[in-house]
Amino acid sequence: MQCFIGIDLGSTTTKAVVMDENCHVLGRGITNSRSNYDTAAAVSKQEALVDTRLTLFRRGLGAVPELAGSVDGILGDLERNFRHVQFLEQLDDLERTCVANIKGPRFVGREKAVAEVLAEVFTRLREHSAALFAPGAKRKSDFFRDLAGADFMQIGEVVCREAGMPFEMILNVYDKSIIEVENRPPAGDMEGKFLRALEKGGSLSDAIVRPVRDALAIPLEETYVVGTGYGRVRLPFPKEHIRSEILCHGLGAHMMYPDTRTVLDIGGQDTKGIQVDPAGIVENFQMNDRCAAGCGRYLGYIADEMNMGLHELGPLAMNSTKQVRINSTCTVFAGAELRDRLALGEKREDILAGLHRAIILRAMSILSRAGGVKDQFTFTGGVAKNEAAVRELRKLIKENYGDVQININPDSIYTGALGGATFAVRAVVN
Amino acid sequence: MTSTAEIIDRCQALFEDLNFSAARAWKAAAPGRKVIGFLPVYAPLEMIHAAGCLPLGIFGGGDQMEVIHGDAYYQSYICRIPRSTIELGVTGRLDFVDGMIFPFVCDVIRNLSGIWKMMFPNVWSKFFDTPQNFDPEIGGNYYIHELQELRAGLETLTGRKITDDDLRRSIALYNENRRLVREVYAFRAREPWKAPTSEVYLLMRAGLMMDVAEHNRMLADYLVAAAASDRPQRDNVRVAVYGSFCEQPPLNLIKSIEMAGCYVVEDDYALVNRFLTADVPTDGDPVQALALAYLGQSVETSCKYVPKEEDKGRFHVEQVRKAGAEGVIYATPSFCDPALLDRPMICGRLKEANIPHIAFKYAENSGQMQPIREQAGTFADSIKLWS
Amino acid sequence: MSEAVKENSMLLQKQMIARNYEAITSKHETGRKVSSTFVPGNLNELLMCFGIVNNLPEINAIQNGMRKVSGSYIMEAEKGGHSEDVCTYVKADIGMMGKGSIAPNGKPFPDPDVLLLSYTGCYTFMKWFELLRAEYKCPTLMLHVPYEGDGHSTKNMRDYIVKQLKEVVIPGLEQVSGVKFDIDRLREYLRNSAKAEDDLVWCLEQGKHKPSPIDAYFGGVYYIGPIFTAFRGTTDAVEYYTELRKEVQARIDNKLGPLTPDGTSFNEQKYRLVVEGPPNWTNFREFWKMFYDEGAVVVASSYTKVGGMYDQGFRHDPDNPLESLADYCLGCYTNRNLPTRVDILAKYVEEYEADGLLINSIKSCNSFSAGQLMIMKEVERRTGKPGAFIETDLVDPRYFSAANIKNRLESYFQMIEQKRRGASKAA
Repeated sequence: MQCFIGIDLGSTTTKAVVMDENCHVLGRGITNSRSNYDTAAAVSKQEALVDTRLTLFRRGLGAVPELAGSVDGILGDLERNFRHVQFLEQLDDLERTCVANIKGPRFVGREKAVAEVLAEVFTRLREHSAALFAPGAKRKSDFFRDLAGADFMQIGEVVCREAGMPFEMILNVYDKSIIEVENRPPAGDMEGKFLRALEKGGSLSDAIVRPVRDALAIPLEETYVVGTGYGRVRLPFPKEHIRSEILCHGLGAHMMYPDTRTVLDIGGQDTKGIQVDPAGIVENFQMNDRCAAGCGRYLGYIADEMNMGLHELGPLAMNSTKQVRINSTCTVFAGAELRDRLALGEKREDILAGLHRAIILRAMSILSRAGGVKDQFTFTGGVAKNEAAVRELRKLIKENYGDVQININPDSIYTGALGGATFAVRAVVN
Repeated sequence: MTSTAEIIDRCQALFEDLNFSAARAWKAAAPGRKVIGFLPVYAPLEMIHAAGCLPLGIFGGGDQMEVIHGDAYYQSYICRIPRSTIELGVTGRLDFVDGMIFPFVCDVIRNLSGIWKMMFPNVWSKFFDTPQNFDPEIGGNYYIHELQELRAGLETLTGRKITDDDLRRSIALYNENRRLVREVYAFRAREPWKAPTSEVYLLMRAGLMMDVAEHNRMLADYLVAAAASDRPQRDNVRVAVYGSFCEQPPLNLIKSIEMAGCYVVEDDYALVNRFLTADVPTDGDPVQALALAYLGQSVETSCKYVPKEEDKGRFHVEQVRKAGAEGVIYATPSFCDPALLDRPMICGRLKEANIPHIAFKYAENSGQMQPIREQAGTFADSIKLWS
Repeated sequence: MSEAVKENSMLLQKQMIARNYEAITSKHETGRKVSSTFVPGNLNELLMCFGIVNNLPEINAIQNGMRKVSGSYIMEAEKGGHSEDVCTYVKADIGMMGKGSIAPNGKPFPDPDVLLLSYTGCYTFMKWFELLRAEYKCPTLMLHVPYEGDGHSTKNMRDYIVKQLKEVVIPGLEQVSGVKFDIDRLREYLRNSAKAEDDLVWCLEQGKHKPSPIDAYFGGVYYIGPIFTAFRGTTDAVEYYTELRKEVQARIDNKLGPLTPDGTSFNEQKYRLVVEGPPNWTNFREFWKMFYDEGAVVVASSYTKVGGMYDQGFRHDPDNPLESLADYCLGCYTNRNLPTRVDILAKYVEEYEADGLLINSIKSCNSFSAGQLMIMKEVERRTGKPGAFIETDLVDPRYFSAANIKNRLESYFQMIEQKRRGASKAA
């Protein structure tokens, strides 16, 4: 079948969306943007195609009357098992890479011991992986780097202690290897892995196996790919396959909410205010000026400064009872102001509430610069997931622009890729 | 007798009121009254006053105002005062202001005058370009005509003539104001523990938002109350602050310098009411008198050309000596062209005169005071140790 | 990088510039006096009356920017106590002194004999020459040109300038040069100026053609060179513009676009832009390439008016020599108030049938930059054409972020493209 793909190469994550010729979304994929943009694009695309397969399975299984009510469970198991197969494959790759990286002066005479320790670590990692992908298990992240990394730290330390070896020995090897593994293009044979995942699920009825095998037999043809995002110039695409993220964001928001007229996107490195017409065509846009003050990265910096996780900031700020006024959205000054406030005895949640307000005030200025906010208003980007930021935004939009419908899509992170995929459809179909 | 605390409380309330209720009340008190806003650093307030209008000092939004729309008009490398001034405008806080005067300070304020014309076409606004040639025959003649043009503009706005006698009366009131202001500054230089700069500053800022006669009474009251006050003298060093004539530091910054062990005995905060250094004659042609005072008896500051190289920074050195300051803090707003371009020259002259100095930057909404306290404190300690 | 392909007019200009640098650096041998002055409000004809050689620090900073040495000069000045916040022309100039002041011809710059501070349209000029004065301790002649705050000049302003010319500038230059002022000599030079100005205006107005035979921004900085600097009033400048006019006419006849530095004719013009603000000099060719690679040609610009707004009708007038110098100074682009700048830019967008206004906002230059976002908003509102905003600096290489600029430009061009398609679909 024809697949139209949009890839959004962002500064922190890379997203892909697969669409059919009728602009129906078939699959979405996301990965961390790494130093190698080609790989990031390939991985996100593969993830979106995996997701597309799952959509096709759902369609196939949904057509089987006796499976009514149990499709979600079947698909859940299938995906879980597939992820496990995929994880093990990458783990093998990581082990091979680690072994190959036991070299250099610091390992002289200890190569064998290190190799033995690593072998033990990977054996346990494989054993433990079953639990990671057990039914109902919660995983902190879907990125291999995060999953393997967390386990490696834990298990590696234990094994090293048992073997009387300093943990840094293998940590050094790991650090080098994970980058290599991460930057290698993803392994192919998605269909094979799904078949193995299917087998993992035990003896399944023909009613399940047949539609899955049928769906797997449908070739996914990459009809047209459009790249966008900050790293788009580094994509190995011909020029006509590249669209600015402004256009893609505008069109993506339009695809989610056809009545959108104003779009705000707060990403890691920039903030964009976009006005679109009823067809999703961009009429005007403004981005933060050269200074990246008040972008997503600002919150990341604050999180580091407070020694907290990025996702913990919003919830803590929601507990605030007395917002502290923070005047600086400069990432550098904000740290100083933060420490100053803490020293003055202000509460962390109150300071955080102020910081969230500061970032949204900055976004409000960009919106004002782009011509204000018109109904409907769509908020996208990583910061749209932060409840404290959203609360401030709602307040300020109401104060400045009155009653405007505010759309925030849980899949808003895919807005740019969605627009890109739509462009891909239009390039071929129109 | 009114206490200093009572006077300063009133000043602080005026200073903090971003809705300018007092000026609104002044306007509402009699039909036909007009309010004329003016920006730093010098405007002939006598002319506004003689037109029967209230001159209202607009010195940005301080650190208590959130700026949303104002930021939409400026790049990150431009100072803050034009942003907050626009915010004051677009949020309706200046909707009672009938005219605006944008004196020459720099290109940013100059261009703000054009923005104002486009944004508020119904407000009478004027870019007021003071002469940079100080020969009475050349710059003087030009300036007299500019003042007459200002006078005509105000007359059209108010619908009433400004007579020479009106102008003379206003000049007399402002002479009195300047005399009292100089007295407060002299008092502070003598007994800085009795007139903290955080108070003197508020007293001056409040004066730029009220009728001059009322401010004159207030200044006189403050002088009496401050002299009678009993406050402990501390082992602080005596400093002059320069570079702060346009965008104002937050009050907390002014306090931080004092808390760090410095008595500010001389400064160029906001300037306006100390811009002319001597009485303007009330006999003869009042417009000519105003013009000549500007040419011959005004401070040296960064937005005025200094015709002779050897005179550059002389004013600062003399003022430091006169006020008995032991050092200078050159505190400028970030991105302030006038103060920052002048800094190497002024600091060079201070160095030649063996006057210790430090420099730092601020914005009207600076939030972190720790580095300021740190620098001012270290500066104070170094003066104590080495001199 | 390949050597830029040069047309005859460019070669002529190159020779003129080289001769002028030679005149400056050989002052000790020839005994000629050298003045420093600025491009806006440049009084070249007047200096010529006294045989004074005109050295323009702005042009030196541009030269140093293009030769990629300005960065180290700026850092030198910052080490010496100059703020990172202020104009990099000033810092490049002052830093150059710290590093030996070598002219582009490899010879040392002599100290100026006079600083002609024609204070027109830019606050920083005043401080710049106060700083240079402290260094050179030479006579400094201040000519205060009032700003057209109400959108027009007044008789008072004009009289004030003429008076300063008569009583400050001319006596000052007589003293420095030992030459008596001869107003008829000035008239003769002004006649040359007016002739060259006619041809310059003609060339700039050819941006109305499709394809445009000129690039009124990147190419424009070459076209304005002689008139904006040390050559206005000379017969060299008259010849230059005759030559330039011939070249532009030839391109019109052959339906050719301007020549790019690659040596190709830029004929495939997809987007027509009006540009506001000075260019960046440290990455000038890279910056230009971002435009013609995408098919964007600049059909009109404000930067080509900083040294005089001849296209709005002003000409130097031999019959009213001093008055016309006054009017010239008053009318320079950055001495116009913001509403006037909006009028001019909106008119350009319409008359040159541009797709929109692009603002290159320069960190150094508040005279240009403060208020540009308001200008953009207003021009958009009046013309219905979208604007775009990018940020660079004059000669500070630290402030040129190629990826950032490219990203914005591409987004802007694609938006224009998409809007056009949308419009044609609707039609």
